[in-house]
Amino acid sequence: MSQDPELLRRLLRAKDRMDAASHEEWPVHRLSRVSGVSAAHFARSFKEAFGVPPHRYLLTRRIERATALLRDTELAITEIAFQTGWGSLGTFGRTFRDITGESPGELRAREKAAPREPERVPVCILSAADRPDLTIAVSEKRRQDADGTNWSEETEVP
Amino acid sequence: MSQGVQMVGLYVRNQDEAVEFYVEKLGFRIHTDVKNGDFRWLTVQHPDQPSFQLGLFTPGPPVHDAGTAQTLREIVAKGAMPSLVLEVDDCRAAHDRMLARGVEFTQEPTERYGTVDAGFRDPSGNGWKMIQTRR
Repeated sequence: MSQDPELLRRLLRAKDRMDAASHEEWPVHRLSRVSGVSAAHFARSFKEAFGVPPHRYLLTRRIERATALLRDTELAITEIAFQTGWGSLGTFGRTFRDITGESPGELRAREKAAPREPERVPVCILSAADRPDLTIAVSEKRRQDADGTNWSEETEVP
Repeated sequence: MSQGVQMVGLYVRNQDEAVEFYVEKLGFRIHTDVKNGDFRWLTVQHPDQPSFQLGLFTPGPPVHDAGTAQTLREIVAKGAMPSLVLEVDDCRAAHDRMLARGVEFTQEPTERYGTVDAGFRDPSGNGWKMIQTRR
């Protein structure tokens, strides 16, 4: 399905804004203002352009940042939760586990045990390689995991 | 005669707009700008890098059919082309200068492990990282 490149360029601006400040709240009306389209039009167009709804995109960015902070800093997990935009440690821990399959503490312990050597790729670009591939809703992933069914299947209806 | 990569091309949505951006805002120079019917061969150069050209091309005839050209325009506008990297001596100074000229920054200068990097896009959607490496 073809989309107007001028619209896509404005949708990209909203995506860039989430990338730059993923710890902030990004309700659809705020994003739609960045792109200069109606809220209803925005959510539909964003998903069509980037494959995931805007809120889910934001979640992946937050998890990506949290992953980097867990790996690269000594910050307490509570501090990381608040720095990356979660209102509570419980929500952060649960969402993190649902998306990555392990808890923040487990990820940190694993990374500490097997440090990587990232010098050859610019850090800003490397971070994108850690982006979780969140193609279905977190709630759906939870249900599938409970059922033991495959998580890569796209079942959400936009 | 030296060997190596001479030119790498980008797709842009409008070549006049791209010249305005890369020359007026970024300080590149035009290397070649020739027209042949609808086709315009346009390359620019960084002033410190005379052996390398950046091509600025629009998708379309005679190279692409209408459907392919539309797909390419969409890909560029979505920011899906690979990152470009501009090396600078002073990332913060370059950021301030470019911001004053109206460049759309996607990331403020950020220091990581002794290097400073920022992010910006050209009007078409091509994403650049601007990096000041450790000296």
